[in-house]
Amino acid sequence: MFDKEKIAQVKKATDNWNDTVIAKTIAKFPERKPEFKTSSDIEIKRVYTPADVEDMDYERDLSYPGEYPYTRGVQPTMYRGKSWTMRQYAGFATAEESNKRYKYLLEQGQTGLSVAFDLPTQIGYDSDHPLSEGEVGKVGVAIDSLKDMEVLFDGIPLDKVSTSMTINAPASVLLAMYIAVAEKQGVTPEKLSGTIQNDILKEYIARGTYIFPVEPSMRLITNIFEYCSKNVPKWNTISISGYHIREAGSSAAQEVAFTLADGIAYVEAAIKAGLDVDEFAPRLSFFFNAHNDLLEEVAKFRAARRLWAKIMKDRFKAKSTKSMMLRFHTQTGGSTLTAQQPDNNIVRVAIQTLAAVLGGTQSLHTNSKDEALALPTEDSVRIALRTQQIVENESGVTETIDPLAGSYYVENLTNNIENMASEYIRKIDELGGAARAIEKGYVQQEIQDSAYRYQMEIEKGERVIVGMNKFKVEEAAPKGLLRVDPIVGELQARKLADLRSTRDNAKVDAALEALKKAAQGEENLMPFILDAVRVYGTLGEICGVLREVFGEYQQTVIL
Amino acid sequence: MDRPIRVVVAKPGLDGHDRGAKVVARALRDAGMEVIYTGLRQTPEQIVETAIQEDADVVAMSILSGAHNHLFPKVVKLLNEKGADDILIVGGGVIPEDDIPGLIEAGIAAIFTPGTPTSVTIDFIKNNLKRN
Repeated sequence: MFDKEKIAQVKKATDNWNDTVIAKTIAKFPERKPEFKTSSDIEIKRVYTPADVEDMDYERDLSYPGEYPYTRGVQPTMYRGKSWTMRQYAGFATAEESNKRYKYLLEQGQTGLSVAFDLPTQIGYDSDHPLSEGEVGKVGVAIDSLKDMEVLFDGIPLDKVSTSMTINAPASVLLAMYIAVAEKQGVTPEKLSGTIQNDILKEYIARGTYIFPVEPSMRLITNIFEYCSKNVPKWNTISISGYHIREAGSSAAQEVAFTLADGIAYVEAAIKAGLDVDEFAPRLSFFFNAHNDLLEEVAKFRAARRLWAKIMKDRFKAKSTKSMMLRFHTQTGGSTLTAQQPDNNIVRVAIQTLAAVLGGTQSLHTNSKDEALALPTEDSVRIALRTQQIVENESGVTETIDPLAGSYYVENLTNNIENMASEYIRKIDELGGAARAIEKGYVQQEIQDSAYRYQMEIEKGERVIVGMNKFKVEEAAPKGLLRVDPIVGELQARKLADLRSTRDNAKVDAALEALKKAAQGEENLMPFILDAVRVYGTLGEICGVLREVFGEYQQTVIL
Repeated sequence: MDRPIRVVVAKPGLDGHDRGAKVVARALRDAGMEVIYTGLRQTPEQIVETAIQEDADVVAMSILSGAHNHLFPKVVKLLNEKGADDILIVGGGVIPEDDIPGLIEAGIAAIFTPGTPTSVTIDFIKNNLKRN
């Protein structure tokens, strides 16, 4: 892109500037710290010049929005055509309560739903299981059977909204329930659009809601890929998630690396199961975090897109351009929020929103200011949604595509993050792929080291968190936090008892028996799970059968 | 005490968020304590068993799911039943201010909420051990 002679001149001039002007200035006024670094431990220079992107080839490395390698975005017109989907993750207590919150959010201009399930649901236990005690309805809505799912989406037309469900180990069961609710609404599966998270590897790494060991988990995932490619073609069958890896403490570069390494493992598993890459890869989607380091985050999103495109094209020989496009959802960084002076979190979320939008996200959840304290109230969720709407309508950043492209710093950082992520992926390949690297504890160890380093930087005051380790004030305990009534556990247990005495138990037993046989064999399990769901087999019963056949994952404990 | 302080760091309940637990565990270890980390999804019974088996001086629990009012007191009760009432019990996580008095009442010596430096936890443990 640049003429060699020009670059040589720039290098010389930069050296000269550093040796004269800067040397003199620093002698009198030293810089704030001896070295400046990003979260990924990348050294940040005083200033960037064309010499820092001298090898850049515009057509090869950046190209155009909607064109390979998609560095500048996956759609040709990006937000000039249509805004990102504003999708607030919500759910708590019972299906009735959550249904009310969804209707409220849709009335406020939200454009897609995102369902949060409680922990027993995520781990495949019914609400009346002993291990569910104290957890029912706490971090999301409790769903035990199709009955709850019918209430959850009551009055919400499933052919009109797209729904994202944060569900992993039992994703097949919740997807089956969604399909069954749609059937009752008269909506056929091919009209459904939405996403299941369905990303078990990052559960082993960082999020913890695993059930089954690696192999049967990968089977369930590829069963879903196959089933949906034929029956629910608009469904995003997985959301390969860096979000939780970042929340667990990784750097931006590690977030890209470990997420794409997981992605590689899923593609390999599906190909091994006999699927054609271009059949399922267009429905793979991703989920990233947005933290406060604005420019590094933008570079991260761009690097992730470019690297995934290359992986799909070169490593997996994908032919369809749709297989090469990294489409992603973003959530602002929960771990960046402070319990101290919670109003400050609104500002953090605004910066993170900008990062996601400048990075070209397809959908976004903005966290609420009170989430370091409890689940958000309706008022604080509204501010979070308004933050997105302000960036969309008032900031001007949506009017042209990928406006930070060409910044010497952002391009250099994009290259650096891509290179660091590639290096990690190479190491993970050497260890035998993502699943093995997780079983060996390698990925977790890398993340924990970053998390510990980050905490120590805060404690030494090297990293300032406003309101937490600097600019502190005495403050009263916040009032009006959302509380989930402990009665939810009893309510769900009563509903379950009622269900078990009114449904056709012979049909349930037969469906569960058929599922068990199928699980012991090689068939695709989705049709069997759907059958069990339709006759009101509960989540716990279905997962119980699978637990019996598959066993349970044993965590690698790393400190 | 002529041996290092022994701490069981535990994650009760179904919550999988263990960044905080692990960072605290490592900080305690760097402060010279012997740390046993239980891993995820521990029932109160399992935590108590580990604490007794490991001859722990301290049980430090972390919950971010909101199940603290249920699970923390249960661990205290079980430890008392086993006669292990000389173990110092502390907790941490996303715990609303309003819940803290009740938890202290139930026998949790201290609750550390988000933003607490690990040095505060370390000092608290050193100064409040029940065994000498």
